[in-house]
Amino acid sequence: MTIPHQKPNSLRSGPDLSGHFGPFGGRFVAETLMPLMLELDEAYKKAKADPAFHEELSYYLRDYVGRPSPLWHAKRLSNALGGAQIYLKREELNHTGSHKLNNVMGQILLARRMGKKRIVAETGAGQHGVATATVCALFGLECVIYMGAKDVERQKPNVFRMHLLGAKVTPVTAGAGTLKDAMNEAMRDWVANVDSTYFLVGTVAGPHPYPAMVRDFQSVIGDEARMQIQEQTGRLPDGIIAAIGGGSNAMGIFHPFLDDVDVPLYGVEAGGLGLDSGETAASIARGSPGVLHGNRTYLLQDTHGQITEAHSISAGLDYPGIGPEHSWLNDIGRVNYVSATDQEALQAFQELTRLEGIIPALESAHAVAYARTLAPTMGTDKNLVVNLSGRGDKDVPTVAAHLGVQL
Amino acid sequence: MSRIKACFDALKAEGRGALIPYLEAFDPDRDTSQKLLNAMPEAGADIIEVGVPFSDPSADGPTIQLAAQRGLKAGATLAGVLDMVAQFRRTNDHTPIVLMGYLNPIDHYGVERFCQEAARSGVDGLIVVDLPPEEAGIIRPHTKANALDLITLTAPTTPDERLKAILADASGFVYYVSITGITGTNTATEDQLTQAMTRLRRATDIPVVAGFGIRTPEQARTASRITDGAVVASAIIKAMAATFDDGQATDASVPTALGHISRLSKAVRNA
Repeated sequence: MTIPHQKPNSLRSGPDLSGHFGPFGGRFVAETLMPLMLELDEAYKKAKADPAFHEELSYYLRDYVGRPSPLWHAKRLSNALGGAQIYLKREELNHTGSHKLNNVMGQILLARRMGKKRIVAETGAGQHGVATATVCALFGLECVIYMGAKDVERQKPNVFRMHLLGAKVTPVTAGAGTLKDAMNEAMRDWVANVDSTYFLVGTVAGPHPYPAMVRDFQSVIGDEARMQIQEQTGRLPDGIIAAIGGGSNAMGIFHPFLDDVDVPLYGVEAGGLGLDSGETAASIARGSPGVLHGNRTYLLQDTHGQITEAHSISAGLDYPGIGPEHSWLNDIGRVNYVSATDQEALQAFQELTRLEGIIPALESAHAVAYARTLAPTMGTDKNLVVNLSGRGDKDVPTVAAHLGVQL
Repeated sequence: MSRIKACFDALKAEGRGALIPYLEAFDPDRDTSQKLLNAMPEAGADIIEVGVPFSDPSADGPTIQLAAQRGLKAGATLAGVLDMVAQFRRTNDHTPIVLMGYLNPIDHYGVERFCQEAARSGVDGLIVVDLPPEEAGIIRPHTKANALDLITLTAPTTPDERLKAILADASGFVYYVSITGITGTNTATEDQLTQAMTRLRRATDIPVVAGFGIRTPEQARTASRITDGAVVASAIIKAMAATFDDGQATDASVPTALGHISRLSKAVRNA
């Protein structure tokens, strides 16, 4: 979270004091939660300014999470694509198998500072739920995870992991039973238990200060990658690619590079069955600005401002919104938001597994899928960093089903 | 004088608080909810809260969530809700109507256009659950220009100094969310309400009404005696929903809701 290379007029100085990134972000919550949001903002500011907090976080990141994560030159994949060299930022090697623990570790230390004894969280694929249940086990805190009933069904291994870790997993049947409904239910729990409870948000969305705080905790990805790629290649990369649901792994790897304006950044939304199929999760490509879950951002919505259901093969990208800082970075043109379909993600999943011996999460496979499109258009002397945000063990049953294999 | 001010002035003269029943627009269909709305004053409603269905009602409990889903399924839109109010105004020019909902449908409609059309339809006030005073600047100029009251919400968690700050801009009445929780769940005790009112009275002179968790006639009587009015929502919706057949209204639906409102009204009037 140290920022040695920040410049004046930096793109990295947002949000403003009230939590806005340009027209996006903010704090759109019920009054019951508003005092708590102000308190959280203060508590986070204090922690951020306290060297002891950073020291404690560094200790847990190194000895418990397993950081730094390596940057792997994927030579066989690069050769197969016949263009730019692909470097994988191996976030899947973190404890619990994804980038999620970076943020969760930061927030749980903050929750402990605030004296909170009970943790609630929402989860889509279950990666954030597992990460949250893990730190609750580590620190002996009560943990309640809200998960859409449909996601509970398609992510059974993660549900069982959360049970083993001592968390209570509450399936949410309201709406379509996916991530947005789990988020609503977590907010309802929080509003009913404000005194005792800390809401551990898993992505760079929600009311201020969550988008900025989660980004700060995830920026360790980009800080490391920025040093590692320079160590390995002697210069900054020619592009960075990351998958986007809410957008925390992308924000984490992008943020330390925002002021390196010659480094193109690519955020890959989940195209689902195709951008114009009506079955997509691409909030920027097919959405419009609106207000949901505490922030103003791009949302999938109908002509009456009702939120529509997202679709993606990947439960972790199945969300009709995106973090507000991404919305801003889109509008100012700093990040290119592109998409990959379910089918492209499945192909990338299989290719990476065969060529590099790394089974990616279906979320991360979207980033690999876009690398497969982009790399061949670039010279072999160019370098692309791809954020491999999670491992794919949890997705094996889903992929098997799509390939017509009965397990 | 605004209908809301006139209403509270008259109630003050009567020496009682307001009964404020809630209905979810288009639940379970447009005709049924229009009939219910039109008949509510006769059953004893002093002010009516009309809920605008939203796909993601994150401050609402299961009863209102389901009502909103039924309303959306029946084709509820913001324009449709305004049209319901306009129809109501053809036969009633005195009962204040306050719309309650979430920001996104209003934002998508366009806040300026919405405020103009709401005022023209006969809406008196707006409660926007997820629009705290810090963000209300996007709509306040338009509510003011169209003489709509933007109702300020307060909660048990709101500290005294914040109460003063956010109530400086309050108009119409103050909505006190009497529990930390979602609609239709816990109920505040008499002591809790009394203490809250002491805090609120120090911060504002305008009427204060209590909502969230007020179900029974006795609870409505207590709340309306301690504060200036009681909002009852989930209990009425639940009673009406029990009469539905496969999600559709039956002959018993509107009379059941009105019967519930009458009992609440009697209790409030005999406080």
